Amino acid sequence: MADQSIADAAGIMATAAEGDRSRRARLVIVLLCVGLAIAVLLSLTSGASDASAIGVMHDWLFGALPGDAALSARDHVIIHDIRLPRVILGVLVGASLAVSGAVMQGLFRNPLADPGLIGVSAGSSLGAVAVIVLGSTMLAPLTSALGTLALPLAAFCGGLATTLLLYQVATRQGRTSVATMLLAGIALAALAMALTGILIFMADDRQLRDLTFWQLGSLGGATWQKIGSVGPIIVLALAAMPFLARGLNALALGEATAGHLGIPVQRLKYTAIVGVSAAVGASVAVSGGIGFVGIVVPHLLRLLIGPDNRYLLPASALLGAALLLLADAVARTIVAPAELPIGIVTAVAGAPFFLWILLRKRGVIDL
Amino acid sequence: MVLFSRLPSVSRSALGPAAAVFLAFAALMPAQAAEGIATFADRSRIVAIGGSITEIVYALGEQHRLVARDSTSRYPQAAAELPDVGYMRQLSPEGVLSVNPSGILALHGSGPKEAVDVLKKSRIPFIEVPERYDNQGILEKIHIVGKALGVDAKADALAAEIDAKLKAAEKQTASIKERKRILFVLSMQGGKLLAAGSDTAADGIIKLAGGINAIDGFAGYKQLSDEAVITARPDVILMMNNAGPATADDELFSNPVVASTPAARKLIRMDGGYLLGFGPRTADAIHDLAVSLYGGQVTD
Repeated sequence: MADQSIADAAGIMATAAEGDRSRRARLVIVLLCVGLAIAVLLSLTSGASDASAIGVMHDWLFGALPGDAALSARDHVIIHDIRLPRVILGVLVGASLAVSGAVMQGLFRNPLADPGLIGVSAGSSLGAVAVIVLGSTMLAPLTSALGTLALPLAAFCGGLATTLLLYQVATRQGRTSVATMLLAGIALAALAMALTGILIFMADDRQLRDLTFWQLGSLGGATWQKIGSVGPIIVLALAAMPFLARGLNALALGEATAGHLGIPVQRLKYTAIVGVSAAVGASVAVSGGIGFVGIVVPHLLRLLIGPDNRYLLPASALLGAALLLLADAVARTIVAPAELPIGIVTAVAGAPFFLWILLRKRGVIDL
Repeated sequence: MVLFSRLPSVSRSALGPAAAVFLAFAALMPAQAAEGIATFADRSRIVAIGGSITEIVYALGEQHRLVARDSTSRYPQAAAELPDVGYMRQLSPEGVLSVNPSGILALHGSGPKEAVDVLKKSRIPFIEVPERYDNQGILEKIHIVGKALGVDAKADALAAEIDAKLKAAEKQTASIKERKRILFVLSMQGGKLLAAGSDTAADGIIKLAGGINAIDGFAGYKQLSDEAVITARPDVILMMNNAGPATADDELFSNPVVASTPAARKLIRMDGGYLLGFGPRTADAIHDLAVSLYGGQVTD
């Protein structure tokens, strides 16, 4: 009797806490939407030049502002061909890296998981480095046919192929073993890195510099073509992610329990792995290696709104996009007219922050 | 979820998306921009990209036209005062546009291609200057830069002067019978030497100074194995001034493999931009290198 009432009370308290948290989560998501809008405006209006984003946008929408008739062709190019594609790419890449991080962490039930675990980063690097090094010799037909899109295509295919191979290796009789996947992932990543190493050995000094910069990451290569080619892939993959939220929540209780709760665990794994691989492969393909967004963003949000993936996934997308835009704004203004690789900005800001979260969580520091 | 609602075998599932992606990429091929200008219409605000290009603009006395330079343009001193638009292979298009250029003069290899495409699209004239590691390459650069800036006569005069200096510099070593074998070391990492093979600026300057590149088995810069260092039998090791701290000299010579070669304690260090720039100062660099190599044997 007494036990029963205690259980009831606990249940009520749990529901109350749940309601509290989800209200908070919704509030955070609304705030993040506003934050993202501000980040977009800030990115469009800041840059190395004094081009007037407001003037150009007014010109598109309602015709030139009075007194702004002499809006130069240069300003149009800067806003339309440099800043706007860059902002869109930043939103897509930031959202896909952060959401993919959150999904991987849910899938592997480990807060440190990132898309690197399923080989996508190593595979993409291999594809990209192959084009940089062999682009003028062995892969010349590919690069002459595809131009600047050869590199993103190769990186994307490299990432996806590595992940699918890994999935195949780790799947026996329709069941994917997460443990096998982790181990085989390490082996495959090592193999891809070794192949990359061979290519680096073959590279000349110019190619070496190109690949160093590529590995540091940049949104500087943003063009409408690239958005047209990787945009749909990222949008499709991101659109599939919210459907995973309930499954990932259940998976936190363990695979067997999730299965008993009626979650199609195998389908969940497959969708998560392919979706993450496509989103991250496409992101890495156009922006190189941008670190720490995938780990820091979901972590930060878990502290704020708890681990419920129904809120965590969309919030990660918003925060990831906003943070990457801000990092990019720093990258392209801090040493203007030159530009810093964005991977440096995200790691310089992200790594100490991540360390702080870890230490705080373990009670080492109280800040 | 709908997308991946079944559990298809990997081979099938991989082919579909891959083909779709390929088509998506192929449909969006870049439009190639047409070009072919040789002289800037407005020569008042020029961005110079590439150390040798900037040097040539200064040598022509046209530096008042420059509004920015890239990070490899460090000579003359005054050039370093100009705004820096970044490393020549990693240009930021908005950074270049922010200095309101009326023309861009870029050494071959400037990029990335996306940045160059945007710059071309902004209708700012873009002239690319080819690079070759020999005398003709330098003269060609001078002619192209001069034409771009509309000072052909000055360029002809400068080219003639440089040509005479280059020829004289080459003649200085013509009578030397015993050619030295030179190993150009770009950098050392963990005791391993990164050396210059053929098709490099270092290879070009070594030949012009009357030396023999000790490495002839590969093109570009590669790490050498200890045995390759011994087989190369270098008489002299050539390095850039800025390649590591001075203490690196001791590290280099304490390497038993290097110590076993004829080059045991012979190291020449020269400024990187001066030695490898292939610009107006190259004749002097050839002379300096030749004197360092052969001393009194160099005829004036």
